[in-house]
Amino acid sequence: MLIARPLVTVLCSCWLALTLAASAFAQDIGQVKIVKGDVSIERDRQSMPAVAGTRLRTADVLKTGADSSVGVTMSDNSLLSAGPNSILSFDRYAFDSTTNQGQFDASLKKGSLSVVSGRIAKQSPDAMTVRTPAAILGVRGTEFVVSADD
Amino acid sequence: MTSRRCSPIGDVLAIALAVLALASCAYNKGSVVLLPEKDGHDTAVVVTQGDKQVVLDRPYAAAQQTAFGARTYQSSEQEVAKTFGVALAAQPARPARFTLYFVEGKDELTEESRQTFEGVFAEILKHPVPDIVVIGHTDRVGTDPFNDNLARQRADTVRMSLISRGVAPDNVVAAGRGSREPIVPTDAGVSEPRNRRVEIFVR
Repeated sequence: MLIARPLVTVLCSCWLALTLAASAFAQDIGQVKIVKGDVSIERDRQSMPAVAGTRLRTADVLKTGADSSVGVTMSDNSLLSAGPNSILSFDRYAFDSTTNQGQFDASLKKGSLSVVSGRIAKQSPDAMTVRTPAAILGVRGTEFVVSADD
Repeated sequence: MTSRRCSPIGDVLAIALAVLALASCAYNKGSVVLLPEKDGHDTAVVVTQGDKQVVLDRPYAAAQQTAFGARTYQSSEQEVAKTFGVALAAQPARPARFTLYFVEGKDELTEESRQTFEGVFAEILKHPVPDIVVIGHTDRVGTDPFNDNLARQRADTVRMSLISRGVAPDNVVAAGRGSREPIVPTDAGVSEPRNRRVEIFVR
């Protein structure tokens, strides 16, 4: 026991450090690159201003005001940018950088969105979807625009 | 003297026009337009509305969702600019790609690639909030586990060099793809210098 206890402590702290390191990377699914005007992120039911450099997580919702826009680069090299009065939600995102397998589901509740798909869609057609209240888009590639009207 | 404006027919017309105007507001529920592919690759978006499915696979092919169902049409550069100009203007720059090559079986850069590496720093300065992805690749000499490991080692080496030159560790991630993504497809066991590489994406 006297020998085992420190060993267990060391192993536990190693495991903890590894889990924390892994989760720090796993949580970042993309990064806000461009912000014009009034843009906010809703996360865990709280709203915070989005700035260039803000890192995104699954379930984040981006909102743009009038005369505003936002541009995002995802970890799989997808590019998404939303125009004024838009609500864009990152519903599901998983990306394995070794195999390029993954799943990316976003939804545009309203407004306008431009998309350049990345490695997820390139590796597996139909692994990326964009939903609007009126339609579901299966993304085989690569560049398109989509709007959702109230 | 009766004025035309007050005739019952005029009233009916006016009401009909007003109803049409209101209906057209609720009519359009959104649209999707496929844009031209810059490097000429095949491209398509499958649009599902209710039980109807449309495949958009040509430049400016468009689908509109309306209260009465889906409608396909041919959009144009002008129309896209009008509706989506602001969204398109906010699109982040495409990731800039640099490719570095390695000495066989090692995580050591070739002489030429040491110079390419310098160009990465100039690119980083152009990005207001740079994040960098380093992806290692191998040729098909060796087993898959060996190559996965070597690819990751090559990426890690380059990542550490970037950090030692002042790039913040949080802003650069490394990944290895093993021999999955060759530039030049070969049989297993073939030594191919062009496949022994690391790609750096500055985003």
